[in-house]
Amino acid sequence: MRNAFSETLYECAKANADIFIVVADISPAGSIAKFQTEYPDRFINVGVAEQVMIGIAAGLALKGCKPFAYTIATFSLYRAFEMVRDDLGFQNLPVTVVGMGAGVIYSGLGGTHQAQEDIAIAGAIPNMQILAPCDPLECADATRYCATQTKGPVYLRIGKAGEPNFTENALEPVIFGKLRYLRRGTDVCILTYGVIMKLAVQVADQLQAMGKSVSLVSCHTVKPLDRAGIVQALSNHKHVIVIEEHVPQGGLAPQTKQIAWDTGAKCALQTFTLRDEFIHNYGSHDDLLAAHGLSFDHVMKTVT
Amino acid sequence: MDNRRNYIDISVTRRRCNKFRRRILDVSLQVQALHIGSAYSCVEIVDCIYFELMQQGNGDVSPDTFILSKGHGCLIQYVILEELGLLTRSDLDLYCTSSGRLGVHPDYGNPGIAASTGALGHGLSMSVGMAYAEKATGRNGTVYCVLSDGEVQEGSTWEATMMASSLGVSNLVAFMDNNDLQSLGRTSVTHPSFYPVPDKYIAFGWDAVEVDGHDSQAIYSAVVNRRGDRPLMVVCKTIKGKGVSFMENVPMWHYRSPNRDEYLKALQELDQVQS
Repeated sequence: MRNAFSETLYECAKANADIFIVVADISPAGSIAKFQTEYPDRFINVGVAEQVMIGIAAGLALKGCKPFAYTIATFSLYRAFEMVRDDLGFQNLPVTVVGMGAGVIYSGLGGTHQAQEDIAIAGAIPNMQILAPCDPLECADATRYCATQTKGPVYLRIGKAGEPNFTENALEPVIFGKLRYLRRGTDVCILTYGVIMKLAVQVADQLQAMGKSVSLVSCHTVKPLDRAGIVQALSNHKHVIVIEEHVPQGGLAPQTKQIAWDTGAKCALQTFTLRDEFIHNYGSHDDLLAAHGLSFDHVMKTVT
Repeated sequence: MDNRRNYIDISVTRRRCNKFRRRILDVSLQVQALHIGSAYSCVEIVDCIYFELMQQGNGDVSPDTFILSKGHGCLIQYVILEELGLLTRSDLDLYCTSSGRLGVHPDYGNPGIAASTGALGHGLSMSVGMAYAEKATGRNGTVYCVLSDGEVQEGSTWEATMMASSLGVSNLVAFMDNNDLQSLGRTSVTHPSFYPVPDKYIAFGWDAVEVDGHDSQAIYSAVVNRRGDRPLMVVCKTIKGKGVSFMENVPMWHYRSPNRDEYLKALQELDQVQS
């Protein structure tokens, strides 16, 4: 996914001289080398200094530039939180804070490198938009949105490398602020965002194999959330399932429950999230998710 | 490096600074909370930036930028913006009221305010980004940033210090309002390792000089005679509450507003200086 990000950013930077990237000793691989070589003045590496990364990005934006601030999610969002809140949120500057490797993708690196509460934290900041693409194709669209939008700050939650594409045959394009149906059915609707789409696809495939008519939805714009779209999903299906690589508080799952309560939804609603716990397990990304109940077996057992 | 005159008209500057102190005193009567001591300690610094250093642009817009990183001292910026016609008398009269738009810290979006500050340790980073943008876009405006000495205890300030010289933003001129007094005491007592201050900046690749921060000519000279090939830090030795004897170096005046008697006494002192 980060390759799709860097390729798209490079393309955007070729077309727009206002695009800058400020990195903190972590660089997206791939085309960012071309970016750095061809536009050295627009590539700033601050080193291991995330607070000044956000501050410099804010200063660039105050002068009319369109900066991206890029490093691992825990550092871009958590270490520099007050800068993200005050410099970007409070001043409402069009800066994209890229949270790379968000969720628990850095499975072997331990809790210090895992951002499993980033949606709640970023989403609590007024003016902040959140995009969480589910695959490299969506990541390219999200990056293009960030490079052209002027509304305010964006937290762009992306994966790491090697994620497969799930959206080649999506029924709808990516439209900012709207749910995106990858498949449409009538019985079950699976709402998800980010790289855990992989699990959602497996669950959808299995439910379809069992004869269910399944909708599969990428909620790529986590903020502002498409509330009207959620209301429709709740009313058009008998059963709604939320799968989310995030703690139970502050993400898509509790917001969907809130909307269901507010609108008196009649469907069954089940949510699957990480637990409200730090993770002391190691192993693969899937191993960590499974330790928190985000496994194919556990979800299937619970929903059928 | 600067094609400017070497001397400023010090009698004009003194009259202006005195006028600003009196206007701040007037505004301070109307509200319960403010940072009058913090504003008084940087009157000459901010006055010098606006009236002697910043280039005049078309209309109200200077090609140069002013960032008050020590946002709590913003009354001096407000009264100067009023003098320049960017803020109105009514704006100042409604300071910190429900119908006004000016608060205790500068808010981006208000006329003449280039960035929101207030939380310490933010302004220098943003100034580095702004100065970098000025260079990268070829506009080459100068960014003037005023910091408090207390805020330099923030780690983020040192990240910005390191990056300013590393990125070569020679169009960044920073001023430290070194009044040696923060909420819980003398900086020189709590942080003796901070001194001597200019050495720290020189070690980080800056140009740095120490001046009397109430001597407008010294502040001016420090800037126009700078090397020009790297960022400059002007360490300004100042007195918190400068200009009113009973406010000088008294920590209480970091927050307090004068009562009527104190107001009259302060006004009398400022009038004496004026005459």
